[in-house]
This record gives sequence, C-alpha cells and structure tokens, in this order.
Amino acid sequence: MSESIPPVSVVQQKDIRIVEFTNNKILDEANIAEIGQTLISLVDERDYPKLLLDFSAVDHLSSAALGMLININNRVKTKNGQLRLANIKQQILEVFFLTKLNKLFRILPTREEALTSFTQ
Amino acid sequence: MSISGANNDDRRKHRPAGEPRPPSDAARADASPVRITIPSDFGASREVQKQIIDKVVRCGFGNQAIFAIKLALEEAMINAIKHGNKLDPAKSVHVTYHVTPQQAEITVEDEGGGFDRHCVPDPTADENIEKCSGRGILLMEAYMTSVEYGANGRRVKMIKKNEEQATPHLSS
Repeated sequence: MSESIPPVSVVQQKDIRIVEFTNNKILDEANIAEIGQTLISLVDERDYPKLLLDFSAVDHLSSAALGMLININNRVKTKNGQLRLANIKQQILEVFFLTKLNKLFRILPTREEALTSFTQ
Repeated sequence: MSISGANNDDRRKHRPAGEPRPPSDAARADASPVRITIPSDFGASREVQKQIIDKVVRCGFGNQAIFAIKLALEEAMINAIKHGNKLDPAKSVHVTYHVTPQQAEITVEDEGGGFDRHCVPDPTADENIEKCSGRGILLMEAYMTSVEYGANGRRVKMIKKNEEQATPHLSS
C-alpha cells in the first residue's frame, strides 16, 4: 500500500534539521523503514548533524519504532552529532521511561527548549 | 482469513410474558470468543488488530486501556509474524479474542519454533540499552494485566482488565 503523504516533514532552522512525524502512528514495518531511511539520509548529509524529532502528532509507536530511533541515535553519535526528541505525549513518554530509553535519548518538553539545547 | 464464532444456535422462540428478555442474537454473537486465522502478512494483521480494537472501544474500555491493548497486540502480532513464522507465507497466525466490558482476552499463536521467555535478555540492562530489538515482550508484560506463554512459546495469552490505570505496571 503506498502512502500519498510522506511519513515525515523536514524543515531547517539554522543548522538544525527539524523532523515532524505526519502520521499519528509509527507502527507499520514499511512506514518505520521509510522513516528510518529518511532520517539516515539526514544524518549522513553532513558532519556533526543536528536533528530534532518533533513527536507532537504521534499517538502510538511500537518497539520496532524504538529500535529505529536507537539506530538513528547510534548513527548520530558516530558522526559526533546531536539528536533531540521533543513534544512527546504523556502516554508515549511512559513507553520511553518503561524501556529506560529516556536515559539514552535527550528528551525535551517542547520544540523551543529542544532548539535551545543544541550546542555549537 | 477465516473467522468463526461460537454461538450460532438460534433461540428465537416464543417468550412467555414476564420472562427476562435474553440478549439479542447480535449481542450474544458479539460476546462470544472469535477465532481468526491469517497468513504471515502485516496487512492481514492490521485488519485483525483493527477488528479487535473496534470491539474494545465498543465495550467501553478507557483510553489508557485502549492504548495498552493496541500496543501489546501490535507487539504480539509482530512477534508471531516476524520472529515466530519468520514471514513464511506457508505459515499462519491464529488469533482468538474474547472481549467483554470486563476484560479483553487475546491469544496469538504462530507456527514457528517457539522461544523461551527466560532466555530473552533484559532490554533495559545497560549492556542492552543501545540494541535495536528486544523491547516487545517488555512492553506487552508492562501494559497488560497478565501475559502467559504456552506451546513452547508459540502461543501468548494476554488479558487486560477494564479498569483505568494511572500508569502501566511492570510485572517483574
């Protein structure tokens, strides 16, 4: 099944790529793979990549989505970049706490706070 | 996809005055366990998941419980199709669900080699935290009221009671 709307939209603010999920679910294997590919290409675009993932639209995600995010985080680290997660709804935030991934990711309450948390 | 319900008997007989009205045929059929067999296919899985969640919503479960069931069901189906049946089109996934206003009971069984729950490493351990897989079972057990494994790990039975929980619990 082909999706007419891309699963993420990307805007740039200075040297920061802001990625917003357009679907309220990050569940489908194909959907997750497509998002993963997009994020990998953003990370690989430059050295010291700065990536902000905005979860404001996301109501559901699966462990496969968490795996994809960990993969992106590892890739960002190897390129000495910075990854921030923001606007995560309470129910989804609980998933990050249960899996203790809140220790792995830098999670900020809002996009603004995430933007100011990047270091030069 | 094959679907079967349990209550197919027809009890539409004359009812004496004053006798309590029995549940309608539709209501009785709706309250029966449903068994569905699907191929190892994510599209077919998506349809079954929607069917179950629709029933959960109709039975009046709260938002927290719906979120929990949706998450656990997704993980159980992925485990069965991907890790159990290894996407083998010759293998099927058998799903049984029985949803009442009190609880949702969902069993998912694959035709793979099974697994030993005790051999699954803890994904929250420091040495595993950066690994990309292994969190599905943790989430199922955290979000459902009970999770039992059978048939050498090929079958998982999950129950969610219909009671609003402030936060999910961790069953060790």
